Amino acid sequence: MVIIASTLGYVLSSLAFNPRSNYEGGNPPIPESTIIAKLDSLGVNPDVPIVKRYATWVGNVVTGDFGLTIGEKSVNDEFSRRIWVSLRLLLLGSVLGSVLGVALGVFSAVRQYGIGDRASSVASFVFLSMPVFLVAILLKYGAISFNQKIGTTFFYTIGESSADFSGGGLELFVNRLQHLMLPTLSITLGGIAFYSRYQRNAMLDVLGSDFIRTAKAKGLTNRQSLFRHGLRVAILPMATFFAYSFGLLVTGAPFTESIFAWNGMGQWFITAVQSNDVNSVSAVIVFSAVLVLLSGLLADIVVAALDPRVRLR
Amino acid sequence: MSNNLIEIRNLSVSFPSEAGVVQAVRDVSLDIRAGEVLGIVGESGSGKTVMSLAMIRLLARTASISGSIIHDGVDLLQLTDDAMSKYRGKEISMIFQDPLSALNPVHTIGHQIIEVLQIHSEMNKNDALKRAIELLEIVGIPRPAERAQSYPHEFSGGMRQRVMIALAIANRPKVILADEPTTALDVTVQAQILDLLKTARDMTGAAVVLVTHDLGVVAGLADRVAIMYAGKIVEVGPVEEVFAQPAMPYTIGLLRSIPRIDTVGSSRLTSISGAPVSPINLPEGCAFEARCPAASDVCTVKTPELVSLSPTRMTACVRQGEIFALQDAGKLFQTGPVHVAPETTSDEVTLEVRGLKKTFPLMKGVLLRRRTGSVYAVDGVDLVLRRGRSLALVGESGCGKTTTLIEILNMVAPESGTISILGRNVAELSRSERLGMRKDLQIVFQDPFASLDPRLPIGDAIAEPLGNFGMSKADQEKRVRELLELVGLNQSQASKYPNEFSGGQRQRIAIARALALNPQIVALDEPVSALDVSVRAGVLNLLAELQEKLNLSYLFVSHDLAVVQHVADDIAVMYLGSIVESGPVRDVFAHPKHPYTQALLSAVPIPDPKIERTRTRIILQGELPSPANPPSGCRFHNRCHVRSTLSPELAEKCSAVRPEMLKIGTGAVACHAPLK
Amino acid sequence: MNASSETVEKRLTRMALVRKRFARNKLAVAGLVILVAMFVLAFVGPFFGKHSWDSLDFFNLLQPPSREHFFGTSQIGGDVYALTLRGLQKSLIIGILVAIFSTGLAAIAGGFAGFYGGKVDRSVMWIIDALLVLPSFLIIAVMSPWFRGRTWLIFVVLLAAFGWMITARIIRSATMSLRERDFVRAAIYMGIPARKIVFRHLLPNVASILIIDATLNVGGTILSETGLSYLGFGVQPPDVSLGSLIAEGTASALTYPWLFMFAGAALVLTVLAVSFVGDGLRDAFDPGSAMGKKL
Repeated sequence: MVIIASTLGYVLSSLAFNPRSNYEGGNPPIPESTIIAKLDSLGVNPDVPIVKRYATWVGNVVTGDFGLTIGEKSVNDEFSRRIWVSLRLLLLGSVLGSVLGVALGVFSAVRQYGIGDRASSVASFVFLSMPVFLVAILLKYGAISFNQKIGTTFFYTIGESSADFSGGGLELFVNRLQHLMLPTLSITLGGIAFYSRYQRNAMLDVLGSDFIRTAKAKGLTNRQSLFRHGLRVAILPMATFFAYSFGLLVTGAPFTESIFAWNGMGQWFITAVQSNDVNSVSAVIVFSAVLVLLSGLLADIVVAALDPRVRLR
Repeated sequence: MSNNLIEIRNLSVSFPSEAGVVQAVRDVSLDIRAGEVLGIVGESGSGKTVMSLAMIRLLARTASISGSIIHDGVDLLQLTDDAMSKYRGKEISMIFQDPLSALNPVHTIGHQIIEVLQIHSEMNKNDALKRAIELLEIVGIPRPAERAQSYPHEFSGGMRQRVMIALAIANRPKVILADEPTTALDVTVQAQILDLLKTARDMTGAAVVLVTHDLGVVAGLADRVAIMYAGKIVEVGPVEEVFAQPAMPYTIGLLRSIPRIDTVGSSRLTSISGAPVSPINLPEGCAFEARCPAASDVCTVKTPELVSLSPTRMTACVRQGEIFALQDAGKLFQTGPVHVAPETTSDEVTLEVRGLKKTFPLMKGVLLRRRTGSVYAVDGVDLVLRRGRSLALVGESGCGKTTTLIEILNMVAPESGTISILGRNVAELSRSERLGMRKDLQIVFQDPFASLDPRLPIGDAIAEPLGNFGMSKADQEKRVRELLELVGLNQSQASKYPNEFSGGQRQRIAIARALALNPQIVALDEPVSALDVSVRAGVLNLLAELQEKLNLSYLFVSHDLAVVQHVADDIAVMYLGSIVESGPVRDVFAHPKHPYTQALLSAVPIPDPKIERTRTRIILQGELPSPANPPSGCRFHNRCHVRSTLSPELAEKCSAVRPEMLKIGTGAVACHAPLK
Repeated sequence: MNASSETVEKRLTRMALVRKRFARNKLAVAGLVILVAMFVLAFVGPFFGKHSWDSLDFFNLLQPPSREHFFGTSQIGGDVYALTLRGLQKSLIIGILVAIFSTGLAAIAGGFAGFYGGKVDRSVMWIIDALLVLPSFLIIAVMSPWFRGRTWLIFVVLLAAFGWMITARIIRSATMSLRERDFVRAAIYMGIPARKIVFRHLLPNVASILIIDATLNVGGTILSETGLSYLGFGVQPPDVSLGSLIAEGTASALTYPWLFMFAGAALVLTVLAVSFVGDGLRDAFDPGSAMGKKL
C-alpha cells in the first residue's frame, strides 16, 4: 500500500506540477541552461522520461534519501524537523479525541434520550458538519477576543512556541502548552464528535443483544451488566474506526497547521504543492501512507488482544 | 393455596408499534406450583415468551404491564429494577432459546459462571471457581476445569445450552424459566438437553416453566400444561387429561394437526384453516373464532373467560360444555387426504445420484491464506428418486443434506460421482441444455419470508421463470392465475406484495412459483419447519394433493422425522456426509437397521404423554463430530450405543473399517452390526 | 382447504410507513426544511440581489451589510451576498453530482462483488482497500495544478472516484447476505442471468441504503470540496465556492466578520441539514439497524 501511495504521489505530482515555473519570469531571466541544470539536480526535469525519474527517486528513497526540496534543501532534514511537530499534534489530538469521545458515547448510551444525551448528540452533529478549518478559525478568533478581554495572552494562536521565549523547564512547558491547546482542541473536537456517535450506537446495539439479557437474568443490575458486559464488547469496533479516523486526521492536519502557523507536515504539503515541489510532496504522501498503515496494524493488534474470537484465527 | 410459588393475576402486557398497540398478553392469571414442570404452549405471537419475560422482568422498556405477579408475598411488578435484580438468578432464573448469542463472547465460560455466584453471595474467587467447575461437571461438560477457561465460541450449540443451564441452577433457584430451550438444537441433542433439564429439576427441586411450541416436548416433561392463543390462556390442566380429552377447539385442532411419528401410514392430518391472528387491534370476542369450526354467533361478541371445567382443569370457550361432551371432537375439523404410496409404482427413475462427494477447503492464516485441510461435507451419497414418489433425505444439521441438495440443483459435474436428472448425466449438459433442464427441477425453500423478493408483487414473482423461458405477457398472466388457483389462493391477489401474506400463504406462493414451469421434480427444503404448527398441516396436505394431481417426484430434505413420516415414500438417513440407511419409510420407521436411525427415531418426542413417558429412549452421547476431522471407520462408532454390546473384534472393526451399504430386506444399511 | 380466507393484518405500504416515521423525526424535518431553503436561496436568491457575483462596486469597498449589499462588500468591492449564493450553488451542485456518481459506482461495484464473490469480489475489495488507505485528499490536492484552468467537472470526477469505497463496502456486504436469501437462490435455480438478478433483485432491495448513503455523501462531499477549495486546491478562481470564500474572508475575519460569516454559516447549515435528513431517512427506512439509533 505504501508503495502504491508513494508511486501514485510521485507520478501524479511529477505530471501535474511545473517546477520550471519557479524559475521562469525571473528578472533578469535565468538562462535556460541554468534552469535545466537546476531541475536536473533536483531530479524533476520534465524532459527526462517519468519512468526514469521515478526509478532514480525510488533508488534514493530506498537508501533513505528523499532528495532535495525546490529550495535545494535536504528533504530529509525538513522531514525530521517537521515530523515531531505534526506527530505531537496528531497523537495528542487523536488520543484525546478517541478517549473523550468514547467516554461521551458511553455516557450518552447509558442516559439514552436524557438531556445530556440529546445535548451531546446535537453538539456532535454540529461539529461533524463543520469542516476542520472552520472549527480552527472560530477557535482562533474566539481565543483572540478572549485574550483581548482578559488583557493578556492566554492562548497563543501562532506557532509551536514563542520565538522570543527564553525560559526553561516548567515555563517552557507551560508556554508550549499554551500554544498546543488550540490546535489540539480543533482536532480533538471533531474526534470527540466522531467517536461519541459511533460508541453510542455500538453501545446501544450491544445493549439489545442476548448476552446482556443473560447478564441481567443472572442478577446483575442494569449498570453492572452495562459496564461489565456491554462496554467490553462495544469498544471492539472502535479499534477499527481508529484506523480510519487517523486517515481523516492526516487530512485535517494541513488546515490546523496552516491556520495556527505550525511548521508541520501538513503545512509543508501546502507550500510544496504551491511551489511545485515534487520531492517534498512525495515525502509527505509516503509519511501519511505509513501513518495510516501503522494505525491500521495497531488497530488489528488491539482487536486481537481484546477479542478472543479473532485471537484464535 | 400455599404451595403456589408464583401467582400471576390479571397480567396484561402491550407494546406500541407502527401498526398499533400489540396486546401480547391479555389478562392472564396463572399459578406456578412448587417443584412442578409447567408447560406453556403456543405458536409465534401467542404471548408465551412475553409472559415468561414478564415474570423475570426482562421486558423492553417500551412495554406497558399491568396486573400482579406475586412471589413470596412480594409483587414483583412493583419492585424497582435494581431490587428485582436481587431475585434474578437467585430466586428465578432463565434459560434462553438461542444459546449461540446468549453468552458474552469476550469472557470465559468460567468467568461467566463465577459472576452469577459472586453477585448473590460473598463467595471468594477460589470457592466460586471450584463451584463453577462442579456445575460444569453436573451439566455434563467433559474436562470441566479445562473448559472453564474456554470462550463461548469454542463450544457447540448443545454445550452452550448446558452452560446456560449451569448458570440457571447455580444459585439453586425456586423457579427456572426455560424459553424454547431446545428449539435451536438438533433432535438428538434436544433429547440430551431435555434429560438434563429433568436432572436439574430433580437436583434443585425448582419449578420449571417450559415455554415451547412443541407439544411432544411438553408431553414428555411437563406435569401441567397451559395453552396460549393470541395473548390468552385458553386451556390449562394436567398434561395427561388435556392431551387425552382437550376441551378448547384450538387445542383439539392443534393436537390433531401435528404429524406424529408413532402413527405410521394411515393417519390423516387435521388442518386448521387460516393463520394465527396477530395481536394488534384484536376485535371483541374469542380470538380463535374466525378459525374455529365450532364457532357460533355468541363467539364474536363475548370474550370467553378462563373458567373451571373440572377441579383440575380450566378452559376459555363459551361452548366448552358441549364440546367436552363430544365423543370424537377431532371430527370438528377438516382432514386432508391420506397419503398412500402410489399402488402402481412407476419404475422410471427421475433423479439418480451415485457416489456424490463434495469437500470444502479449510483455510487458515490471516495474511497468507492457505489450505490446511478439507471439510468432507458430502462423502459418498447415493440416491434414487422415482416418478410420482417422494424421497426424504433426513439428517441433523451439518450432516451434509443441504450441500447434497445444492450440488443437485447446481447441475454441474460434481467433484466426484454422478448426478443424473431424467436420465441425463448433468456433467454432459451444454449451457443451453442446462438452462432447459432447470424447467424440470424446481425448489421450494424453508423460509417463506426469505424466498420471495419483498419488492416484487407475487404475480411478478411467479411469472419471473415464465418470462425467462420466453412466454408472452398474456400467457404469463393466464398461467399465474391458474397457479394461484391451484395452490388455493385467490386470483385477485396477484398484484399484492409478499408482506401482505401470512407465512402459510407465502409458502403456497413459493410452491406456485416452483410449479410455474411444470417441473417433473420438486426439491422441498424443509418446506414446513418455518411455519406455525397450526398451518403446517394445510401446506403438507396441499403438497400431497399436488403430487397426486401432477405426478410429481419430490426430493424432500428435512430434519423433522414426524413430517417425513407423513409425506415420504422412501427415506435416506444421512450422518456426517454419507447415507447410513435407506429404504421405504414404512419399513425403516418400523424396523430401523442402523443404530443411528434407531436413536434418531427414538429422540423425536411424541405428543402423547402416555406413550412418551413409558417408552424407553435412546440418548446418544456427544454431538455430531466436525466433518473436517471425521472419525475413522464407521463415522458413527464413537457415539454408537450398540457398539458397547458387540464383541471386541466387531467393535474394533467398527472403528477401523468403513462399512459399505448392503441390501437387507427392502432397504439398505451401512453398518457392521445391523439391528434385527 | 380454504387458505384464501387466512386473515392478514392490513399493513401500511412501505413508503407510507417510511414517510410517517420520517415526519415524526423533528430534526430530520427541520433538516429538510433548511435544505430546501438553501436550495431556494442558492438558485432563486440571486434574482433578488442588486449586484451580480462577478461585478465590482468600486465605490463601496469593505462595507458592512446594508440594503444595497445585503451581506456587505469585499476588499475589491464584490457583493458578498451574490458571491455567497454563487458559492453555495457551486458547493451544492458539486455535492449532489458527486453523491450521485459515487453512489452509482458504489452500487454497481458493491452489487457485483457481493453477488459473484470469489475473484471478482477479491479484486474489487483490493481496489477499495487500496483507495481507502491512499490519502485521497492529498492526491486530489497534488493533481490540482493539473486541472487548474480546465473544467470543474474534472474536480467532480476526482471527488467521486475517491468517495465511493465505503458505500461500496456496505452494499457489498448487504448483497452478500441477500445473495444467501432464498429468493435470490430461487432466481439462480430458475436460470435467471446474473446481470438481471443484480439489477432486478439485489439493488432494489438495497435501495434504502443507496438513498441514505447518497444523502450523507452530499454532506461529506461538500466538506471535502470546501476543504480543498479553502486551500486553493479545489474550485479555481474566478469561480467561487464556499470554501474559497471562507479562505478569502479569514484573514480579516475579526475586523470584517461579514466576509466569511455568511459563507461559514451557509456551509454549516447545509451540511447539518443534510446529515439530519440522511439520519432521519436511515431511521425511517430501517429503525432496527445499528446506525438507525442515532438521536
